[in-house]
Amino acid sequence: MKLRIIVTLKNGVLDPQGKAIQNALGGLGFEGVEDVRAGKIFELEVADSTSDAAIDEMCRKLLANTVIENYRVEKL
Amino acid sequence: MKTAVIVFPGSNCDRDIAVALESVTGTKPHMVWHGDSELPEGLGLIALPGGFSYGDYLRCGAIAARSPVVQAVIEAANRGTPVIGICNGFQTLTETGLLPGALMRNAGLDFVCRDVPLVVDNSQSIFTSAYQAGEHLSIPVAHHDGNYFADAETLDRLEGEGRVAFRYGENINGSARGIAGVMNAAGNVLGMMPHPERKIEAAHGGNDGRRLFEGLLAAVA
Repeated sequence: MKLRIIVTLKNGVLDPQGKAIQNALGGLGFEGVEDVRAGKIFELEVADSTSDAAIDEMCRKLLANTVIENYRVEKL
Repeated sequence: MKTAVIVFPGSNCDRDIAVALESVTGTKPHMVWHGDSELPEGLGLIALPGGFSYGDYLRCGAIAARSPVVQAVIEAANRGTPVIGICNGFQTLTETGLLPGALMRNAGLDFVCRDVPLVVDNSQSIFTSAYQAGEHLSIPVAHHDGNYFADAETLDRLEGEGRVAFRYGENINGSARGIAGVMNAAGNVLGMMPHPERKIEAAHGGNDGRRLFEGLLAAVA
């Protein structure tokens, strides 16, 4: 089973990298980019028998830092 | 005092902290490899050094926080053994959950590497007993991810409980409320981005950092 895990910064957490990307887009002449938030995507190949609880635990224990990040899991 | 320095692949301040600890305690620290699962008995201090453990992969300190020896560090910290995490060590301690909050990319996006003014916030801890509250120190920093973040409620709690050890005299990295170092609720775990082990003798330009270790030695011994 293939999983795609998307990790994004929580609302209210400042994202200096997103801000720099936003500025760079403006510098390239793209107007109207009002906000950019940078995140991460993990693609995992796991055994079909892997439980949702185990997947959730992988996210909470390692892939995301839940102090600053949210995550969501897509089964592909 | 018996001390230990945890060495991860990618640590680069392990020698600096070892020299500082030997200079202050008169005893060479135990250098403990990340893959070990046990710590020496009777430690008065465990130090997590600066550097780029595991290449900063995933998040700074994230992989180090899940290494075998750090599980032993967590158990020792919960039994009351003093633990200091400096720079990457601070990032690792937040990743373990021993310390609240997280260290994010510097607000200015630059790697900051210079002496910075620090202000002692609380001198009533085992780590800061050699300082006066409000005292200004000069200690070097060298980091890209030192922008301390915690939610407002956590920050209020840290301040209310006297758990902010140091603040920056000028906010070099965007840290919430200028926080440079925080302690756990029990007061035996300190994480800080600046490097006290790089200011321990006149040749370093001062000994403001040495006093942290001297104070700790006096408080613990």
